[in-house]
Amino acid sequence: MLKRTPFHARTAALMQADQWRRWAGYTAASAYEMTHDREYLALRNACVLIDVSPLCKYQITGADGLRFLNRLVTRDVSKCPIGGMLYTPWCNSRGQVIDDGTIAHLGEQSYRLTSAEPNLRWLQDNAIGMQVQIEEVSEQIATLALQGPRSRELLMTLTDAPLADLKYYRFINTVIADTPVMISRTGYTGDLGYELWLDAGSASAERVWDALIAAGRSFALQAAGIWALDVARIEAGLIMLDVDYTPANKAMIDTQASTPLELGLEWAVSWNKGSFVGRKALLEEKRRGLTTMLVGLELDHVEFARQHHALGLPVAYPFLAWRSVIPLHADGAQVGYTTSGVWSPTLKKYIILAHLQPGHAAPGSVVTIDLDVDRFRRPFEAKVAKLPFFNPARKKELL
Amino acid sequence: MNNHRYDAIVIGAGHNGLVNAAYLAKAGKRVLVLERRHTVGGATVTEEIYPGFKYLIASYLISLLRPEVIQELELARHGLEIMPLESTYVPLLDGNYLADWPDHDATKHEIGRHSKRDAEAYDEYSRTMRRLALALRPLLSMIPPDPTSVSPNDLATMAKVSGVLSQLRQDDFYLLARLMTMSAADFLDEWFESPVLKGTKSTSGIIGTFMGPRSPGSGYVLLHHYLGELDGVFRAWGFARGGTGALSQAIASAAREAGVEIQVNAPVAQVIVKNGAAAGVALENGDEYLADIVVSNADAKRTFLKLVETQHLPDEFLHDVQRLRSSSPACKVNLALDGLPEFTSLPKGKEALLRGSIEIAPSIDYLERAYDDAKYGGWARKPFMDALIPSLIDPGMAPPGKHVMSLFVQYASSDLAGGWDEQKKTQFLDVVIDTLAEYAPNLKDIILHKHIMTPWDIENIIAITSGHIFHGELALQQLFFLRPSPQWSNYRTPIRNMYMCGSSTHPGGCITGAPGRNAAVAILEDHP
Repeated sequence: MLKRTPFHARTAALMQADQWRRWAGYTAASAYEMTHDREYLALRNACVLIDVSPLCKYQITGADGLRFLNRLVTRDVSKCPIGGMLYTPWCNSRGQVIDDGTIAHLGEQSYRLTSAEPNLRWLQDNAIGMQVQIEEVSEQIATLALQGPRSRELLMTLTDAPLADLKYYRFINTVIADTPVMISRTGYTGDLGYELWLDAGSASAERVWDALIAAGRSFALQAAGIWALDVARIEAGLIMLDVDYTPANKAMIDTQASTPLELGLEWAVSWNKGSFVGRKALLEEKRRGLTTMLVGLELDHVEFARQHHALGLPVAYPFLAWRSVIPLHADGAQVGYTTSGVWSPTLKKYIILAHLQPGHAAPGSVVTIDLDVDRFRRPFEAKVAKLPFFNPARKKELL
Repeated sequence: MNNHRYDAIVIGAGHNGLVNAAYLAKAGKRVLVLERRHTVGGATVTEEIYPGFKYLIASYLISLLRPEVIQELELARHGLEIMPLESTYVPLLDGNYLADWPDHDATKHEIGRHSKRDAEAYDEYSRTMRRLALALRPLLSMIPPDPTSVSPNDLATMAKVSGVLSQLRQDDFYLLARLMTMSAADFLDEWFESPVLKGTKSTSGIIGTFMGPRSPGSGYVLLHHYLGELDGVFRAWGFARGGTGALSQAIASAAREAGVEIQVNAPVAQVIVKNGAAAGVALENGDEYLADIVVSNADAKRTFLKLVETQHLPDEFLHDVQRLRSSSPACKVNLALDGLPEFTSLPKGKEALLRGSIEIAPSIDYLERAYDDAKYGGWARKPFMDALIPSLIDPGMAPPGKHVMSLFVQYASSDLAGGWDEQKKTQFLDVVIDTLAEYAPNLKDIILHKHIMTPWDIENIIAITSGHIFHGELALQQLFFLRPSPQWSNYRTPIRNMYMCGSSTHPGGCITGAPGRNAAVAILEDHP
């Protein structure tokens, strides 16, 4: 039996087509409506509410909290002020990414780490000899993502908190529907948006959900599932564990694992903060040069459409994101592979995330990919594009 | 007196003997298999001891059967059907339980009730064991080399062995080196904190061996049980439809199709040795069968201390065989039941757990105490059990509405103080039933018939020395090139044209078919 989030009674009432899926041992909605189209369009044009409670969460406190986190993750946590959050991967000693998530600096010697996979054991093992308490609080904290261009206006009808001044990757504590809520300006959509962190007691969780839905009527709020989120996160060039990379402790062989440098996350690696797990291996990799890099690709969708038309068919773009490994070729040899792809209704482009050899990874480089056109397999060109594909100014703008 | 001539005679129709015979026949040899019992299979048999109920009197599950044996002998075509056993249920006396489901999230949830940290570590533990097993698996089908030899064959095999080890990641190699010498308990202590999880995981390290979970060397046995696979799924345990006896029938069918002649009720008394070479065998009834090749599927002690006149054997070899550690703690109990046992700790809605393994292994301390009781020549007052209700998986195993329960039980010493007799068998069977009834109180009311195979019975009925299910301990000092004796680990023996193909040879016990197949490869090298 899968676990249910504190919002399950509410989300189940909205479900029209039994499109549930499994996420980290929980029941999660793929889409509430028959198709995910309206949910995605609301995400980019109005706002959506996504139940992201299955995220793993760890409370980290104690005198050595900062020292511990700086040993654990690749980014410099000392640069994160109280009230701030940061995104970071973390690695094993071979520099391979174990997981990625966010760290919120809640107060003096108090942090909260989120992750996609359970990490308690890894955290405890890295805290040996430090004055730090690590508590798994995944089931104590419910989390909602309120994402989209109208999300700020919606929230401002529910709280007097200074949301107009809340910067990207900052959070504030406030009260919504008599319930204490931490609102962070974060998300997995690459858009203006917030995440709400609150007590997982189902009464208070449902109160907050109801208040958001009620206020949302004026802002075309739509409850959305993972399918809509998946399209948005590919547009935003945000990687997904188990899809775009294999976490180090699941890799059976080294070539299955990825380093932050290979995943395009060198910006999140602080070389100057001192020692952290994997630093030596990453420095060595940087010195030797990468063998593979995560890139964005734009498929020649005009040719993709033309090939369909040539068969007398309308073009069949993938509106649901696919998660397949498809070989990429150049000069007659395989030079990489895809990990996810989707038609972007916002950009009107067929976009793909892929791992490519560095020699073929410069923006503008062209590789070949075989895709199905109805019952035939046909080669298409795909051009390396800069990530993120979609990066609206409103993501970081203040009001 | 009859005189018959064959290319090869295999003594014993255990599963390895049948596998060996089938391979030899497929290579064009004229092969005779001689079996002392009325049926083929050896310890791989299903017997209807109580009418309508099929008992697994010895082996009960299949996991390590080599995929190449299944493929090359076309065992599926010969009737072998293996159904994966999906779950493990460990009842506890306090009303709690632990369950291992085939589903990742379900298992994590169950373990998480005992320890969140363990629930996470479990994934990594399983992956690590899989990586080690994957790397070591090629060793199973290798003819062990003599590391001291400079013969081209041995040097080439040694190179293959280092090739296998170099496949391992550096940290995995170090881990393997440690695991090989550690106890299962020490190893599991490094991973987990909850007693019940450590208890049930450690059972892979003790099943069939006269070691406790705290005995050094049990770490290797843990890994040995990870070397299995079914349809590419690692460490999957499967139930053969019709019981393990159905596997023997399938191999026998493949062997007969290849031209093998199988005689049952034909106990061999002695291997005929002429001029230092095996020339055939003499049966207990005086019949003689002549052959260029004699292969023994019997264990090393029985083969060389009973079936061969010792004057034909060099001192050091005799000495090695004599000192092989083969005391056994393993018993097998079968119960015919009028209904299903009702386990107090089994939650409503989770009855599916009865279709998997049911383990009485609440903690490492419990298991170690069970070992302690037996190691001075006694039996466990609270034994470890690995139980199964075959009739829930294959309804043909019992009449409709009735059930049959198979219990692997240890420890009860093969060297019982004062020796085993019928009365002591009954006493120990009562201990087993009393212990199980603590977890399933209705048990005694539904028992229609009960049956126990102690090490003494396994020796008497199946003719394995001390009843050791692996034909000698899977201990480091008798593995790989040391099994059963340093210079004779390559299936050959000091007697020319005489070979071994049983579990006393590499890679040891369990239903693997590997010794049988590897021995055939060695024999065909000498007798192309």
